[in-house]
Amino acid sequence: MLRRLFRNPVLRRILAALATLLGVAVFVFIMLRAIPGNQITAGLGTEAAALTPAQQQQLEAYYGLDQPLIAQFFSWLGNIFTGNLGFSARAQQSVLELTAQSLPVTIELAIFSIVLALLIGIPLGMLSASRPDSPRDAFGQVVGLAGLSIPAFLLATTLLAVLASSFGYNPNGEGYAYFVDNPWLNLQQMLLPSIVLGFGIAAPIMRTTRTAVLEIRSNDFIRTAKAKGVPPRRLQAKHVLGNALVPIVTMTGLQFGYLLGGAVVVEQIFSLPGIGRQVLLGIQQKEYALVQSTVLIIALSFVIVNLLTDVLYRMIDPRVRAA
Amino acid sequence: MNGGNRGARGALAAVGLAAAVALTITGCSSAKPAPTEAGAAGGSLVVGVTSDPDTLFPWKATQFQAVNVLQNLYGTLTEFDADLNVVPGLAESWEASEDGLTVTFKLREGVTFADGSTFGSEDVKFSLEAIAAEATAAVASTSLASVAGIETPDEQTVVLTLSAPDAALPANLAVINMAMLSSDDTEAELNTTPNGTGPFVLEDRKASQSLTLAKNDAYWGDAAKLDTVEFRVIPDESSIVSAMQSGNVQLAVFDDPLVAQTAESGTVTVEKTPQLSYHALQLNARRGDLADVNVRLAIQCAVDRQEVLDTAALGEGEVTGPITSPAYRSDPDARPCPERDLDEAAKYLDKAGKSDGVTIKTIVSQGEYATSVNEAQNLKAQLAEANITLELEVLESGAFVDRWIAADFDAAVALNGGRPDPDGMYGRYFTSTGNLNQVAGYSSPELDALFAEGKQSSDPDERKDIYAQISENLEDNAAWIWLFTSYSYTAASSEVQGFTPMANGSLQYLRTTTVN
Repeated sequence: MLRRLFRNPVLRRILAALATLLGVAVFVFIMLRAIPGNQITAGLGTEAAALTPAQQQQLEAYYGLDQPLIAQFFSWLGNIFTGNLGFSARAQQSVLELTAQSLPVTIELAIFSIVLALLIGIPLGMLSASRPDSPRDAFGQVVGLAGLSIPAFLLATTLLAVLASSFGYNPNGEGYAYFVDNPWLNLQQMLLPSIVLGFGIAAPIMRTTRTAVLEIRSNDFIRTAKAKGVPPRRLQAKHVLGNALVPIVTMTGLQFGYLLGGAVVVEQIFSLPGIGRQVLLGIQQKEYALVQSTVLIIALSFVIVNLLTDVLYRMIDPRVRAA
Repeated sequence: MNGGNRGARGALAAVGLAAAVALTITGCSSAKPAPTEAGAAGGSLVVGVTSDPDTLFPWKATQFQAVNVLQNLYGTLTEFDADLNVVPGLAESWEASEDGLTVTFKLREGVTFADGSTFGSEDVKFSLEAIAAEATAAVASTSLASVAGIETPDEQTVVLTLSAPDAALPANLAVINMAMLSSDDTEAELNTTPNGTGPFVLEDRKASQSLTLAKNDAYWGDAAKLDTVEFRVIPDESSIVSAMQSGNVQLAVFDDPLVAQTAESGTVTVEKTPQLSYHALQLNARRGDLADVNVRLAIQCAVDRQEVLDTAALGEGEVTGPITSPAYRSDPDARPCPERDLDEAAKYLDKAGKSDGVTIKTIVSQGEYATSVNEAQNLKAQLAEANITLELEVLESGAFVDRWIAADFDAAVALNGGRPDPDGMYGRYFTSTGNLNQVAGYSSPELDALFAEGKQSSDPDERKDIYAQISENLEDNAAWIWLFTSYSYTAASSEVQGFTPMANGSLQYLRTTTVN
């Protein structure tokens, strides 16, 4: 009975995901405590040397640092199941509230970046593959190489500096506007960060597309289809691109991880109050619960995206479905 | 094949369209006027800051951003003026008794808190007692060490009885960690809803995004001219510069001269202000070879401070002695080897019996401030020529703080905060009972006596003389190696008027600032 349950691929995946999340939770908990300093020294800096032992104890009790590590871990983990992700002393808000404000920003950024990356990467890859080793292929390759090699922070600061000093344009200096409050300003604010992030992801997507298209085009079924007189446009769209989608979807899913990492840099430079900055601030302030819970949320979204990717290529590729 | 090309071309056209839309958006926005109302009496000022205050509770605030915000929300018994002289604040006047053991404060009348309640002597008693109490964990508690009792004969009078005369008390009361709170408030409430007597009140806060203050119409002094001040969090300094150039931010303070340089433009001016904080090579005279004063003096003589300043900080600053406050400033030439002297250094090493050289483990923080690693490397290069090896341990700032607090180092490249009053600045480091003496690594009976004398005297000239002696004593014993002070850079766009930057980095003159 149990064995049959484990053979269920969906259930197996969910169990694996839970194990992953638990692993992440333990890992982050230990890593955070391995970083020197704690919330007291992060807040007071060198002034912490002036604390008397009684003051030290009082502050440790306030931040819950006087508890044994095991107790700290399980009280945090236990609280999560009741929906209590912890409290940020700096912001004087619960982590749940903070995340409810920051997660939509990052999700919006991620969606825009991915869409932009697909819009650039797929056509560029197809263009390159349409005539390998031609000038247009070289063009595609150069753009791809640029996307891979220009660091996000450099592109971001250069774009900001040039637009601000030459055109006086910097929507991100106005303070973040949520889409529901001011959609027009929000879209302006999201544009540059999405270009920066999307450009970095477009490159691997472009390369994957190029390789996949070239490979599929050499397959027998394409030759057969062509011989049967399938119109070129239909051939390209249905037979070539349709089959090339599998590696593209995989690559896009993988890039999601890069996206969340890149979001830290991009959110910092463009002052977007997203989840990347939340983690960064949390680490700087040594707000343990904030960092632990936020990282867990990021890990959870990564797991979900991976599950979705799986489902998606089961839908695209019947061969995977059979496996 | 051709079909494929066309498909790709179509998609490329879509990308082109997106780019065109992007350019249109750019075009529209750049045409928008800067967000200022010309001729408005008050106006709204946006100050660019790199981070949020980490607390809104004034007794525990040490972070720069927090102090800057809280200074505008809360009041203190005494205050500093632009030249860092102590002037009346919530106390209209104060007087010490003949023997210096009683200080009587007369409080200002008609002062109210933001919630409308009246400020009176019971609030002073409550605040001072709570700050002094260990359980509060207030950072300035030791400043009240000499206070033995607090009496409130009437609503406007507070009498402090002291265990010993304390001339530094008025200056110590002027810092925001000594803010007067209402006796009805608790820390938990004030963490979210500040309730002070300052020129501004908190209007709005969005965590890690912005914090907005509004003019306090009931303020006891001249009402602030601005209607609102928004501290807008833009984490990256060069992004603040961009925001200033596009007119979204009107005022910002930078530490990094390079960033300040890029901020200067047609509409933005940058003003340099010498700071009280100082760069030093801290020596731990309780460890190893450094316990010998001759080794420390050898280091003292082997360092060309101007070279450290020039190579590490682009020459942006001034060579300094121990005391940096304008009223008590040390003479940087009054030290053994005011100029670098390798022969003298060699003689001192000989005297210590270390002619073969010494090795000193030095901690350096990475990322806490811009110049630390460059300073360390220059010091290392200079000292190497005098047979003194600095072994650099570059640490992440959290690790640095941990080691520094534990006094677990031979030497440390440090940027320490200065204070207007020299007792407040060094009493806690270099008296044998000072709460940072462990970290300072040096004390002596002579210094203890001098610091006690400085606290007892209330005559300004006499105090000046005493602290000059302290400064001399510290340098003659090479307790630390004082290097230089740097500047802060206040960038303001042309419509900002009436702001005075201060040597302690305070933004208290936001109350006299206008935007038009």
